[in-house]
Amino acid sequence: MSDSREYAVGTHPDLPPPLSTSGAIGWIRGNLLSSPTNIILTVLSIYFLYKVVPPSLNWLFFDATFNGDSRQDCREASNGAGACWAFVKHRFHLFVYGFYPVEQRWRVDISFILLPLALWPVLFDKVPYRKHLLKFSIAFPFIAGWLLIGGFGLTPVSTDYFGGFMLTLVIGVTGIVFSLPIGVALALGRQSNMPVLRVICVTFIEFIRGVPLITLLFVASTMLNYFLPPGTQFNLLLRVLIMVTLFSAAYIAEVVRGGLQAIPKGQYEAADSMGLKYWQSMQKIILPQALKISIPGIVNTFIGLYKDTTLVIIIGLLDPLGIGRASLADTKWTGLTTEIYVFVAIFFFLSCFSMARYSLYLENKLHTGHKR
Amino acid sequence: MESVEQKRNIISTLWNDKEKRAVIIQIFSIAGLFALVWFMIGNAISNLDALGKGFSFDFLFQPASYDINQHLISYTSRDTHLRATIIGIMNTAMIAVAGIILATVVGFTLGVLRLSKNFLINRIVYIYIEYIRNVPVLLHILLVHGVVVHSLPNPKAAMTFNDSFFLTKRGFFMPSPDFESAMTVVWIALAIGIAFTFWFRRYAKRVQDETGKIFPVFLISFGAVVIFPVLVYFLAGSPITWEIPVLKGFNFKGGMVVRPEFLALWLALSLYTAAFIAEIVRAGIIAVSHGQTEAAYALGLRPGRTTQLIVIPQALRVIVPPLTSQYLNLTKNSSLAIAIGYMDIVATIGGISLNQTGREMECMIIVLALYLIFSLSISSVMNWYNKRIKLVER
Amino acid sequence: MSEAQTSKMAVSDETVIKIHKMHKWYGSFHVLKDINLDVKRGERIVVCGPSGSGKSTMIRCINRLEEHQQGDIIVDGVELTNDLKNIDAIRREVGMVFQHFNLFPHLTILENLSLAPIWVKREPRKQAEETAMRYLERVKIPEQALKYPGQLSGGQQQRVAIARSLCMNPRIMLFDEPTSALDPEMIKEVLDVMIELAEEGRTMICVTHEMGFAKTVANRVIFMDGGEIIEQNEPNEFFDNPQHERTQLFLSQILAH
Ligand SMILES: Nc1ncnc2c1ncn2[C@@H]1O[C@H](COP(=O)(O)OP(=O)(O)O)[C@@H](O)[C@H]1O
Ligand SMILES: [Mg+2]
Repeated sequence: MSDSREYAVGTHPDLPPPLSTSGAIGWIRGNLLSSPTNIILTVLSIYFLYKVVPPSLNWLFFDATFNGDSRQDCREASNGAGACWAFVKHRFHLFVYGFYPVEQRWRVDISFILLPLALWPVLFDKVPYRKHLLKFSIAFPFIAGWLLIGGFGLTPVSTDYFGGFMLTLVIGVTGIVFSLPIGVALALGRQSNMPVLRVICVTFIEFIRGVPLITLLFVASTMLNYFLPPGTQFNLLLRVLIMVTLFSAAYIAEVVRGGLQAIPKGQYEAADSMGLKYWQSMQKIILPQALKISIPGIVNTFIGLYKDTTLVIIIGLLDPLGIGRASLADTKWTGLTTEIYVFVAIFFFLSCFSMARYSLYLENKLHTGHKR
Repeated sequence: MESVEQKRNIISTLWNDKEKRAVIIQIFSIAGLFALVWFMIGNAISNLDALGKGFSFDFLFQPASYDINQHLISYTSRDTHLRATIIGIMNTAMIAVAGIILATVVGFTLGVLRLSKNFLINRIVYIYIEYIRNVPVLLHILLVHGVVVHSLPNPKAAMTFNDSFFLTKRGFFMPSPDFESAMTVVWIALAIGIAFTFWFRRYAKRVQDETGKIFPVFLISFGAVVIFPVLVYFLAGSPITWEIPVLKGFNFKGGMVVRPEFLALWLALSLYTAAFIAEIVRAGIIAVSHGQTEAAYALGLRPGRTTQLIVIPQALRVIVPPLTSQYLNLTKNSSLAIAIGYMDIVATIGGISLNQTGREMECMIIVLALYLIFSLSISSVMNWYNKRIKLVER
Repeated sequence: MSEAQTSKMAVSDETVIKIHKMHKWYGSFHVLKDINLDVKRGERIVVCGPSGSGKSTMIRCINRLEEHQQGDIIVDGVELTNDLKNIDAIRREVGMVFQHFNLFPHLTILENLSLAPIWVKREPRKQAEETAMRYLERVKIPEQALKYPGQLSGGQQQRVAIARSLCMNPRIMLFDEPTSALDPEMIKEVLDVMIELAEEGRTMICVTHEMGFAKTVANRVIFMDGGEIIEQNEPNEFFDNPQHERTQLFLSQILAH
């Protein structure tokens, strides 16, 4: 290797590193066996993987049954060693649409198709015709609401039939869309120099953040009707949506407040010295910057909200988890709880993990934006 | 005509004057708030009237007439709703404390392992953390509960360790200690050990300041608090007799039992929160720049000392604030107990009591107030702590 | 201090650092190539070269902040291997000052200075603090002893960092661009401290582009490029009569400033 030869000054070539520190051997040495603790950790990890991975894969795929009409079929096919995915397959439409009338499902489908289109210009900034598409994004919740609920030419569908992933998306999307402006308003109120506004906003935010979501949902399902004029009939889903929206608004308010505080004082002063009115300076200078910093936090809040949609089963709405549990009442499929939980877990994992990755991507982009 | 003009002028001057405008806005918002509250209370009164319910907390002193299987203080179904509520509070507190301890231990371990140079362990922990964080906590609770209730054996076929610990779908049965009188000596030994440790730490610091000598403080403290009492325990002739649970009929009798609901809730909540804590710990350690450890190494400090003197004190400043909010989250998430029938605040006063008495308003107010009191007291302690560490920094 | 005086300062024949055929890789990137360097006790060496040429990496190998993969490094008769005892011994003899100071922000200046004497040398606190105060006086900021690093200017922080190293009384001092993170008006206060140190006859290896400093105090200037030592000479020769064309190019760029 290198030490055997002499080179003229300034002409030493790049040599490959000694074998013991490079290549597969070097990698294994450096990453797996560099110290006694490291060796122990490696051995433990391998043992753990050996114990966990093959059985899981067997249960999930190799021993699993994908076709059949009852649990009995699954048992016969695999001796009960693997998962019975036939069940999920059989009930898949329920998981997706809930009890939405079959002949009207195309409306849900269209909403599902429009959703990514509406999200696209919001999530990424290099999108052709972004300005116009953004208008569509703002209109989307209302279009989707019309499609799903009906009226104005479409057959009305009661929200009691909403369920499955569709319900998760309805609660999640409504929650984020409406909580964002409320959250921003609360954050501005909390930062304002009017004591009364500040106290109102702080009280609201701290109250919401101080109690668990499930208690708020209970309030919605048991107690909210008392506060409305006698005889008011108030849809349960709507009550839940209001609570979820207020709930995440309080959290978003805190995220946005962080963003507002992170903006250097100089920016506020500059806006003031330009003679801008409060709303002008907020709209043109402060908020765009503050929101930009807050986006990763907002996405994280949304992930939390999205996961929390599962809580609605406790007050009787049928999200995928609820659908699954309800399906178990069918004697043909009884006892398949693990399959349901795993299936729903995979669904949530995939959607939340991609959102988390997106938030990470934004964070990295922000940081490189600040560096020079 | 003229007066209208004048009025308009007055309004516009008021509106354009910053301070006066602020006053107007505030007056209007107070008025709006009062109107809303007035409206809601009015509705509530007429709604309650229509149902002939009224608003009163008297029901708290009536018999609850339902059972709670886990109670730290005595409770029977003849006790009042108030006592049931107190049991609920205790159960919430118990799950919160136990959960916080386990979540902290697991979270810190995972966070440190996540920084390990060992590729395998690093990846395994990463996948585990991502899986846990991206699946709803309710699902975790139901999954773990499902495993405990469905996959664990019946008491007759219990998994056992040493024939004194039994893991069954009815819960985890353990021997319960029965203290003999000689146990007093051991308690005294423990007290002495703890007192000694407090004294020794100060003594060791003084000696180090005066002579430079460094004692192995951790080892000696460990010896005093753990090894010394254990030795005394054996010298005193092992003055604890264990009541071992025995199978009678369909279930175990005697000993202590961790009920399946508690077990499931505890594991699920702790593991869920631990994943978040792990990320917080990791971020906290990373936040201590590489330059800090290098400077310490260059001064001749060993890695262990560097961690103790340089990394931990700085990382803790970053870790503690988000850590406390995770503790708060865990406590609030414990309200999901109701999904598996663990009798916490929500399941007692906010659940069965509410349904039996039909006092939705009163019960929900109690539940909300309890959580609020708890959250606000924790966050005020946290704010105090944050201010304190900030002062030291600059 | 005139040049004549400085160069008179004793340099013994004893070799304190011997680097022999040393190579280092970052992954598969060959960052240091065949480094050979002998440093005599009391010698003051300035290392210069373009950014990325491996200067920092080389001096960080000397106190094992970086590991080399081939060749030998012997410091004060102790060979650098994976042996923790050797590493400890060498780090006690070698002090280091970083570009970004790396003071401990959670400790006061006095605590920063007394930390290593207390925990490494096991000195009584009082003694460690007296030493610390002495060195703080030498770097002319005793009045800052009870403040925190965040409250000091960059120049003051760097002087504290120098004092912190000196508290361990190292025989060899390494400086990695100690002035390049400083505002111009603060550079001089740090250089003055370093010149004083040089006068004491402490062995110093200093990565810097302060050519005035090199001319005043160095016995030898080393030029590195592309991970190699291209040229080394005593300062007058080095600046007036550079041999290698890469050295000439580098100097012309630096002096054009
Ligand atoms: N930790 C590291 N990992 C990989 N490459 C590195 C690392 N540190 C430095 N390098 C690379 O090694 C080369 C030499 O770096 P350095 O010694 O810092 O140069 P100098 O101090 O002369 O500017 C540079 O190309 C740099 O990018
Ligand atoms: Mg460098």
